[in-house]
Amino acid sequence: MSTQPQYPDAQGHFGPYGGRYVPETLMAPLEDLEQAYRDARRDPDFQRELDDLLHNYAGRPTPLYEARRLSEELGGARLFFKREDLLHTGAHKINNCLGQALLARRMGKRRVIAETGAGQHGVATATVCALFGMDCTVYMGEEDMRRQRLNVFRMRLLGTKVVGVANGSRTLKDAISEAMRDWVTNVHDTHYLLGSALGAHPYPMMVRDFHRCMGDEARAQMLERTGRLPDAVFACVGGGSNAIGIFTAFVPEPGVALVGVEAGGRGHALGEHAARFEGGSPGVLHGAYSYLLQDGEGQVSLTHSVSAGLDYALIGPEHAWLHDEKRAEYVSITDREALEAAKTLARTEGLIPALESAHGVAEALRRAPEAKGQIFLINLSGRGDKDTDIYRENLPELDNPDGK
Amino acid sequence: MESSQRIGRRFAHCRFQKRPALVAYLTAGDPSPGLTPELALALERGGADVLELGVPFSDPIADGPVIQRASDRALHAGATVARVLEIASRIRERSEMPILLFSYMNPLLRYGFDRLGEEAARRGIDGVLLTDLSVEEAEEPVRQLRAHGLDTVFLAAPTSTERRLKLVAEYSSGFVYVVSRTGVTGEQDSVQAGVGPLVERIRSLTDLPVAVGFGVSRAEHVQAIGAYADGAVVGSALMRVVEEHGAAPDLPARLEAFTRALTTPSGGPDR
Repeated sequence: MSTQPQYPDAQGHFGPYGGRYVPETLMAPLEDLEQAYRDARRDPDFQRELDDLLHNYAGRPTPLYEARRLSEELGGARLFFKREDLLHTGAHKINNCLGQALLARRMGKRRVIAETGAGQHGVATATVCALFGMDCTVYMGEEDMRRQRLNVFRMRLLGTKVVGVANGSRTLKDAISEAMRDWVTNVHDTHYLLGSALGAHPYPMMVRDFHRCMGDEARAQMLERTGRLPDAVFACVGGGSNAIGIFTAFVPEPGVALVGVEAGGRGHALGEHAARFEGGSPGVLHGAYSYLLQDGEGQVSLTHSVSAGLDYALIGPEHAWLHDEKRAEYVSITDREALEAAKTLARTEGLIPALESAHGVAEALRRAPEAKGQIFLINLSGRGDKDTDIYRENLPELDNPDGK
Repeated sequence: MESSQRIGRRFAHCRFQKRPALVAYLTAGDPSPGLTPELALALERGGADVLELGVPFSDPIADGPVIQRASDRALHAGATVARVLEIASRIRERSEMPILLFSYMNPLLRYGFDRLGEEAARRGIDGVLLTDLSVEEAEEPVRQLRAHGLDTVFLAAPTSTERRLKLVAEYSSGFVYVVSRTGVTGEQDSVQAGVGPLVERIRSLTDLPVAVGFGVSRAEHVQAIGAYADGAVVGSALMRVVEEHGAAPDLPARLEAFTRALTTPSGGPDR
């Protein structure tokens, strides 16, 4: 069942996308990282230790939950949620962090750095560094620190140093730039624990592989529960780690539609959203060639999304390839639609999704009424506790229900 | 098309004079596109041999804070690839100093390498260096730029393996740019001792001139590098002068004096 994906090629290309666009200083370290990763993957001891941690520490496998009440209310497709929100630290991010931390230890790197947008990857990185006794620094845009105060505090509680980034839009893009500057400076003893399916090869491949357990589990669970594969799989796409993680097992199944959901933000103008396939064109950012939101001069555009984790100008290169090959379809959901979907899911199923995940949920909810007889699989990639402040800001009618 | 040879000839000339070439970096458009040609000529009067003309990019991952801020100011002031090409024309009308465009992949990719090669050559630009273009991804851009007679300069780093150094030497023309240390651009107190052996390793692979940059900011650094390399690159120290005196009417004179001090063996600039 777990067929190994054919991509990327030896140079890290998914069709024309991906590759390695970084300063020469990082090229040999990326080659070393790729070699160490390929060795580790062949080493049964590495896999055994990772599996043990995923099971006993993080909580895998996660359940596949059929949302009967919501499905009935919509009167169409049967909706199944892959419950990554139940994992330790509250999102899928921990899968990749455990894998890369084991790899960093194997490579003898004592220091770990990471970027974070919503703070979920930062918290997951801080968590595994605490677990392995590694020194950890997380870069985070100041705007995101404001939006995700709770996660900033969680990281500090876990013993991590959180460095605010005041450049540019002060969001994920600027945090990655700053993390790359740290890495190029301290590469001899530091592992860059990149948190999405982005960046220079081998990161998009490695991050996908550490997350493909989501799709592998869901595929088996779905067959066991319904006797067949889903008709469509939905996942939000920022860099694209949770989407590629759940898609990979289904890519070879032509009958399964793959739907990636980008952040439509608050409007169609450049700077108001993070919908790379609608408003972008191929370009290079942070080491990879992929669809990029940029102006006519090749300068990277600012982006907006109510969800910090989707607020990024480049989509992971494998998604660009799946898009061009028409193997996956990419749509966008606005801030408002995502908030409404979160409200619906909370009220009908008692599940408060992360704002990122709410984008994937929203597209499934939109299509479900017209899809009688179909089965939808939705990646509930994270839980919404971290977003409570943003939900309060954006859903004032609930904060003061009596209008007092 | 044949290379303009301006870069190679200038290095040969400096070698004949038994001194290191001074490669001076300037972010085009900071503080304004109109002023950049004046500043470039001031660098030349101060003793710069080669001009590295920075095409600003919104996300300069290889640059430290000084050049990041210079890039922001230049973008705000309206520096685009087309404007930078115009700036180069203005400089070329008044000087034979070799000009190397220094940038990141995306703005030039967006402009198109074939179109860039043609227009850059027509305007008297001599070469291109892209900090985030690895040799692995360079085949097509190098072919298109070389077709118009432009040199392509690549970086060699302290982390580069023997196999990589060979590729860097193979893809480079004009000169090879050696990064003195792991890190981003920015002034340092001293130049790392390991760079001399790295320069020697490259010399065993190519006859091209070798220049050393990243962290080079003082006359004593330029002098020390001159003992083993053909040139020294100064960037952030110059852009700091632009940043601190951007609004001053005598900015060109200040930049000229600072550059002259860099090439004056004893004493050195007062910073």
